[in-house]
Amino acid sequence: MSASTLVDAGTHEAVIESILERHSCDPAAIIAILQDLQDEAGYLPEEALRYVARRLDIPVSKVYRLATFYRAFSLQPRGKHHLCVCTGTACHVRGAVRVIRSLEQELGIRAGETDEQLQFTLETVNCLGACALGPIVVADGEYHGQMTAAKAVRLVNKLRSSGQE
Amino acid sequence: MAKTLAQQEGVSVERLQSPQDLERLREALIAARVPDKPCITVCGGTGCLACGSQAVIDAFREELARQGMAEQVDIRTTGCHGFCERGAVVVIHPQGIFYQRVKPEDVPDVVRETVAQGNVLERLLYTHPQTGEKIICERDIPFYNLQRRLILSHNGLIDPTRIEDYISYGGYSALAKALYTMQPEEIIEVIKKSGLRGRGGAGFPTGRKWESCRQAPGEPKYVICNADEGDPGAYMNRSTLEGNPHLVLEGMVIGAYAVGSHTGYIYIRHEYPLAVTNISLAMEAMRRYGLLGENILGSGFDFDIHIARGGGAFVCGESSALMRSLEGDVGEPRAKYVRSVERGLWDKPSCLNNVETWANVPHIINRGWEWFAGIGTDGSKGTKVFSLVGKVNNTGLVEVPMGITLRQIIFDIGGGIPGGRAFKAVQTGGPSGGCIPESLLDIPVGFDELTRVGSMMGSGGMIVMDDRTCMVDLARYFLNFLREESCGKCTPCREGIARSLEVLNRICDGQGRPDDIALLEELGELLRGFSLCGLGQTAANPVLSTIRYFRDEYEAHIHDHRCPAGVCKALIHYRINPEACTGCGACALQCPQQAISGQKKAAHVIDQELCIRCGICLDTCKFSAVQVQ
Repeated sequence: MSASTLVDAGTHEAVIESILERHSCDPAAIIAILQDLQDEAGYLPEEALRYVARRLDIPVSKVYRLATFYRAFSLQPRGKHHLCVCTGTACHVRGAVRVIRSLEQELGIRAGETDEQLQFTLETVNCLGACALGPIVVADGEYHGQMTAAKAVRLVNKLRSSGQE
Repeated sequence: MAKTLAQQEGVSVERLQSPQDLERLREALIAARVPDKPCITVCGGTGCLACGSQAVIDAFREELARQGMAEQVDIRTTGCHGFCERGAVVVIHPQGIFYQRVKPEDVPDVVRETVAQGNVLERLLYTHPQTGEKIICERDIPFYNLQRRLILSHNGLIDPTRIEDYISYGGYSALAKALYTMQPEEIIEVIKKSGLRGRGGAGFPTGRKWESCRQAPGEPKYVICNADEGDPGAYMNRSTLEGNPHLVLEGMVIGAYAVGSHTGYIYIRHEYPLAVTNISLAMEAMRRYGLLGENILGSGFDFDIHIARGGGAFVCGESSALMRSLEGDVGEPRAKYVRSVERGLWDKPSCLNNVETWANVPHIINRGWEWFAGIGTDGSKGTKVFSLVGKVNNTGLVEVPMGITLRQIIFDIGGGIPGGRAFKAVQTGGPSGGCIPESLLDIPVGFDELTRVGSMMGSGGMIVMDDRTCMVDLARYFLNFLREESCGKCTPCREGIARSLEVLNRICDGQGRPDDIALLEELGELLRGFSLCGLGQTAANPVLSTIRYFRDEYEAHIHDHRCPAGVCKALIHYRINPEACTGCGACALQCPQQAISGQKKAAHVIDQELCIRCGICLDTCKFSAVQVQ
């Protein structure tokens, strides 16, 4: 299911309801509910958070607090392509910072941001646990090991041209 | 409904009602094996998958079908072998031929030559780095033969998605023994005598924790597996969960029986999707066989486990924060006036242990405390899995007996530093640990020994650094990490880390002040003395340990405006060595600032005014002509 399904007023309630049902409408399962919601929608839309809060009878402020405390959640829509640079210690000592800088320069956004055309989201992750291949960039779920600043730019160009085909 | 794997092998899947049922199943599984049937095992750990091992597995299936051998040869996807540097790793049984860096295009040769005819393909063998000798078997490779593998012992042999594999190697026999021949108190006594200490980092004696939880008033009691492995550069727990989930689960069921709990939780990092999948599959299989749920193995003992995925907050690795998160709240720790074994999850007695701690339990029950206590040093027993990463030749997972020296791990198992560069320091204990210099490499590995030198065991991350790693920058890296991950509840941690980071930032930017080192030490004392939880209390370790052993680097940054390792952007310049430059122009083509110019086939130069020190030219140059000054 895609982001558009959830925003589409006709079906999004059904999507949220099925997630709530999966967790027996248990307020203690709120984190798992938000995780499933984000898996469906790609991010946590405001109206969905309000809906969940109402159904579980917990304050919207608490839902918002959770959604902003945990790194896994995003309140903003994400780009078509998702680039994630591992900044674990092993990747760091092998030059992950140079990779991030070059991606920021190439995309014109900072780590943690999405560009205005919703093409790219650039994120960092603390460690993916594939330290032997560092520095690592995960592009749309695919692992790219032994990255360099120059290779990262080539990767972005490849993703850009794949979208035009 | 599709037949289960055991049914396909002609073994019935029924709830096991007794230890005898389990033993009969094990014997039936072994009898169903065709002796000496060739088996290709391919590593399916995250490291090898990132190297393309799925494509290798697919290629094997296709090639075996093409050569009409699909029926005669088994293919098995196993857990992590540990030698991640050499992925994708393939082992051909029954000979045990170890092939490394296997690509899909190698597969036809492997099937035709090795599987069909038993010939060894030299080009895929591991070459001994010193002697140049080609090594055929896994156990003869120096990376493996100095290790002592208990937790990882079955990782390369069993398919983690098949409980039958685990059972055929003696799995769940410890559970049967515990449920049918031991009283809960007896189990606790065995764990206490074994000397097992918590593998999550702090090293609290596991048996004492269990005893306190058992004796604590209040029902229900909970057992929790902390699989929120958050230390950057550490992935031992992930590989254990992915490669041998049943070992952890068996340990948890035994622990639950010992402390008197009927409900358990596993809290897994959401960045580990494969671990979540394998644990879920393992739990389903356990329920099918009656090893989880009601009346386990017909003993009358009930216990079930729930999986919770973490939300990507490092602080949730702290036990009290993890419990808040399980309750559906933000993961903020609490002051531990009352310990969580007395009042933990939902204010009930809770026994929380790390993945590796649980995984040790079946081994101890099966082989006895005397055996376990015989491994290691006076204060630290058994083995420890480390993830050996960074600037080291053999990156991967290593499991070693406690008491081995750091030098043996880094140089004998790890094969030393790549490119012939000089070793500078090793970082253990993640963001809570410290850096250990060359002069201390001969200390034995143990909880107390590492703490004494200003670091800690931690969960097992071991990051090797060479002379190109700036220690001030490294301290800054950890503080930056901790600033983002501090929950902000207590002031010493929230403010202490932020102020320390400000000081480190200005030192790296060449704006350091003469009294900055003293200021960092003062802030470190504040963090250590007054923070609420372990995150803040240990946050200064990366700073204090680097000041302790590498003060001269701090001084070079502050007084001479120089970064000796050539890392800190504000203090370095990139230059092209005219003697080494061939004038190929590759760097000029890549430079985003057009800062590099020169005639074709003549030495190029970098315009320092335009240069933003992105490092692309350094990565691009094939002739090592770009230098950092």
